[in-house]
Amino acid sequence: MNNDSGRKKRSNVFEKIGQSALWKSIFRSGIPVTRRQRMMSVLNSVFLHLHPVRLPRHAVKLKFTWCMGGLSFFLFLVLTISGILLMFYYRPTVEYAYTDIMDLGEQVPLGIMREIHRWGGHAMVITVWLHMFRVFMTGSYKPPREFNWVVGVVLLFLTLFLSFTGYLLPWDQLAIWAVTVGSNMARASPFLGHEGPGASLLSLGDINFIHSGSDARFALLGGRFVGESALLRFYVLHCIGLPFIIMIFMAVHFWRIRKDGGISGPT
Amino acid sequence: METFQHIVNILTRPTVLLTAVIMSFLFFFPPTDWFEKWNRRLRLHLLWTGKGFVAVMVLLVGFFFVGVANENFRFIVFKPDNVPIVGLIFLVFIFLWVSMSQAARNDRLLEAGEKPEEFNDPEDKVLVWPDLVYIEFIALILMMSLLLIWSIGIQAPLEEAADPSSSPNPSKAPWYFLGLQEMLVYFDPWLAGIVFPSLIIVGLMAIPYIDTNKEVTGYYSYRQRRLAIPIFMFGWLILWVLLILIGTFLRGPNWNFFGPFEYWDPHKLVSLTNINLSDIFWIKLFNTGLPRNILLREFFGFATVLGYFLILPPLFAKTIFKKLHQDLGNFKFGIFIFLLLCMLALPLKMYLRWIFNLKYIISIPEFFFNI
Repeated sequence: MNNDSGRKKRSNVFEKIGQSALWKSIFRSGIPVTRRQRMMSVLNSVFLHLHPVRLPRHAVKLKFTWCMGGLSFFLFLVLTISGILLMFYYRPTVEYAYTDIMDLGEQVPLGIMREIHRWGGHAMVITVWLHMFRVFMTGSYKPPREFNWVVGVVLLFLTLFLSFTGYLLPWDQLAIWAVTVGSNMARASPFLGHEGPGASLLSLGDINFIHSGSDARFALLGGRFVGESALLRFYVLHCIGLPFIIMIFMAVHFWRIRKDGGISGPT
Repeated sequence: METFQHIVNILTRPTVLLTAVIMSFLFFFPPTDWFEKWNRRLRLHLLWTGKGFVAVMVLLVGFFFVGVANENFRFIVFKPDNVPIVGLIFLVFIFLWVSMSQAARNDRLLEAGEKPEEFNDPEDKVLVWPDLVYIEFIALILMMSLLLIWSIGIQAPLEEAADPSSSPNPSKAPWYFLGLQEMLVYFDPWLAGIVFPSLIIVGLMAIPYIDTNKEVTGYYSYRQRRLAIPIFMFGWLILWVLLILIGTFLRGPNWNFFGPFEYWDPHKLVSLTNINLSDIFWIKLFNTGLPRNILLREFFGFATVLGYFLILPPLFAKTIFKKLHQDLGNFKFGIFIFLLLCMLALPLKMYLRWIFNLKYIISIPEFFFNI
């Protein structure tokens, strides 16, 4: 492998580092130079061990995979980090929400965290779609991967819902009216919305169980219109509730890919 | 120039646009031998070659290039939140082309009795480190650079502070929900907002359990999936992407239709005389008033809806889906055909509204139950 002396010398330096006590305590295998070290570095890393050690040749073809699944996950990480940074500045109350967002653009030095967060959210919706499209077009949802497709559909739904809950937080005209349009639908859910079919059946004598103060929309908004408590609910859902759920489903999704034999391929 | 804009405005009228897309769709994704013959004869398969890619990209770029000269067009296209949707038009085509061109190549290989392109010797493997790890690393650096450029270049939109007392016109949902908002025009909110979205999710989840054709796993191919791919494409490209484009670019004040080069006039008058099916039968045909009894009043509506869901499935099972019915059995076929009919209900209802001004097929406002 290392025929010329210059490279050999350098690899000796790497080898020394790789054999030092400090390196070994962290990485357990040497610098990934030899075939064995490369395999061990994937096996021994908590982040890389989701991958198998070896892959079929077509699995690294960009034309085949489009990288969209991986990029969706990467964007999720970007959104988590930029979102946490935004939480330092943002207060989810009607009084402060809008001015805090204004300040993010005007007062925070080099403040493009909000832009990264918003455009990243759009990008994630698109990459998740394209990932689904690729999986469909290669027929990769077929046995034994059926259930992982189902998990993927849940992840798609959660991505959209995460994006939707984030839409309200700037508390500008665009936000509250988009969410008003969206949440008005909940009012009409069958049986659970007070303007939905079947709601009038859920009653005891004269007492309606489903009214404008107890239906699905009320549960979502914490009130009869998009106001203070809706903002808080969407904030909690957006920052803690939905990311928590989506991470559980992502763990299952990734684990399943490994258990179902890695990336699909023709047999 | 003016005539070009005028033609585009006419072509993007909903009736013309949707009809043209659905019709051409059948030829681009031929579901039967008959359509495939025409696909060859019209040389449409050339779309999935390199030349076809360049031609469409030139057309798309050219359209936007010419379009931005128009003030109304610029107003919609350059809204910050609409930028990803313009990007989406290109991305959807690019990735459609990438998959379909590989499918076409694999189809040729399979026809010649060879293995698909993705096939390789099971023993011949590459190491994750470095072969995959490096690709992932480069991909995420490129993505991050793109995101940074996008974020520096375009400011995130922020309108005036929320004011519950003044609603904007039009008030639109986030762009990925515009397909659902478009459905709200034709269906009651409980159908458009709750039942159909749930059916979309359930229908997507059901795909692997209905499509039991085991042949194509892990490679692109069209020939062997002439039913699965057109149905998925219909749902994705027409009922999802196209409706988003319509909702973003063609829906203006009062949720009226506007061509892409038309001024969004908030005072545009559209005469709305939508009527229910029961009105058509009882008042127009029989010349009597509406009956008191709800069930009698909506008899024709119930007959239509029940007929749609009960008569069409056995009819399809005996005719065009005969082989599929045999393969799937009654239960799976029933679920498949129910989901398919629900999917087709949306364009059908759109046409009924546009052509006959039909509002509801079943209309029971007493119980908020309208279909």
